[in-house]
Amino acid sequence: MSTATPALVCRDVHKSFGKLEVLKGIDLSVDEHEVICLIGASGSGKSTLLRCINLLEQINSGSIEVGGQEITGPGVDVNQVRRGIGIVFQAFNLFPHMSVMGNVTLAPRKVMGLSRSQAEAEAAELLDRFGLADKRDEYPDRLSGGQQQRVAIVRALATHPQLMLLDEVTSALDPELVAEVLNVIRELAEGGMTMLIATHEMGFARDIARRVCFLDEGVLLEQGPPEQIFSSPREERTQQFLQRIIEAGRM
Amino acid sequence: MLRGSDRARRGSLLLPASTGNVWVALGSTVVVFAGLALIVVNSPGWPKVKHGFFDPAEFRAYFGTIGHAFVLNIKIFLVAEVLILTLALVLAVLRQLPGPVFFPIRLLAIGYTDLFRGIPTILLVYLFGFGIPTLQLAHVTNNPVYLGAAALVVVYTAYVSEVYRAGIESVHPSQEAAARSLGLTRGQTMQTVILPQAVRRVIPPLLNDFIGLQKDTALISVLGPVEALQRATLGASSEFNYTPYVVAAFFFVLITVPQARLTDWLIERDRKRQMAGGRV
Repeated sequence: MSTATPALVCRDVHKSFGKLEVLKGIDLSVDEHEVICLIGASGSGKSTLLRCINLLEQINSGSIEVGGQEITGPGVDVNQVRRGIGIVFQAFNLFPHMSVMGNVTLAPRKVMGLSRSQAEAEAAELLDRFGLADKRDEYPDRLSGGQQQRVAIVRALATHPQLMLLDEVTSALDPELVAEVLNVIRELAEGGMTMLIATHEMGFARDIARRVCFLDEGVLLEQGPPEQIFSSPREERTQQFLQRIIEAGRM
Repeated sequence: MLRGSDRARRGSLLLPASTGNVWVALGSTVVVFAGLALIVVNSPGWPKVKHGFFDPAEFRAYFGTIGHAFVLNIKIFLVAEVLILTLALVLAVLRQLPGPVFFPIRLLAIGYTDLFRGIPTILLVYLFGFGIPTLQLAHVTNNPVYLGAAALVVVYTAYVSEVYRAGIESVHPSQEAAARSLGLTRGQTMQTVILPQAVRRVIPPLLNDFIGLQKDTALISVLGPVEALQRATLGASSEFNYTPYVVAAFFFVLITVPQARLTDWLIERDRKRQMAGGRV
């Protein structure tokens, strides 16, 4: 661990939906420029953890710090916090009534107060960088799933976040469209973006992650470098999970 | 693009535009309607019906005067509709305010809708038009047109706010999550993400209520102003003939049909632009 302030620190984070405890005390620290993959079965709490970090869900106890600032305490400007954290969802969640350009420039204009021309100039640059320049005037429903997800990533990047949360962003895609989205993420990683990635793509996780965290029933059971987690997991539950993944032909 | 043109055709009255089909459609339409007309005109009661309801001389005589009176109906529903669309939107948004602090506001919004949707419109027209002047309030008009229109606004605001609410609730929560995650406030999210999608989805039921309002402007006739129905009533009772009523009906239908077609066209245009239109 470096001595610099970590980009993200979760301390004993608990989250329940009614009687169901989904996160049972998560401790996790992410350094700047670090890429971390969260793996685990559906329902293990990966998505919930990401939504808690983005303050889309309120945690029951514990604390979350982003860039050294506690974001789960009282008196925090939620909208200010969210600007600094980009999240990309499994189902894209693009705004269907806006063009690609409209989707990408919404937050810069409404939240950051940029003028339309300023926002569009910046957005055009981003879209160009991710091979979407010719799609700027299209509506989301006219794009392929892979293109939609890339637009969603660009939309999240448009507020210049210091931290990106990716929630199973390839799970809703046809297999042949997965690669184009993974390549975008890879490019972000190479650019030094701090990322927390919930994923079922084990090959990708092994490839891109500095650290892999295995979540099991709301507990961060095991974490370590991908080589160690994937080849010699210590916990029995991790071994079982990876065994099932291999049997399903996903690795 | 093929999908787009298929979509454009669906819901349209016309068959696919191949020349042969157009002639078949035209032919069968002429035969069916001519047949219906012949049956009606040759039925035993027709001369009586024609004299009482469709007298051409009466029609011509009252076309101008009732048309002139109908301008008042148009003025009433245009002004009322603007007020209704605005107030109902405010009401629908108020009802969506979250958190315990806004509980009384939500309660008021729900109470308003329950109350004014339940009262018969004509009853409220009486209550406003005859009741309010007896109070002799200082800064309140006694003009029956304004009072009648106010009653319509009150009732239709309740209806239309429910339409808006249905639209708002039909927008998937993930849209709100996406907008909030970008740092937009709740208000900005409502304004830029939720409402634009919600309103697009409820345009057909909004038009339905708008047409209902246009027809209900006739209720104001009970307060005395000479709008189309009142004018027709005056005509019918002096001529002992119902043709003036048919003339009034003609004007009401005349304005609603183009609106229905216009709305269809607007929806179709929007859907084509978005392709799979509005679905999340």
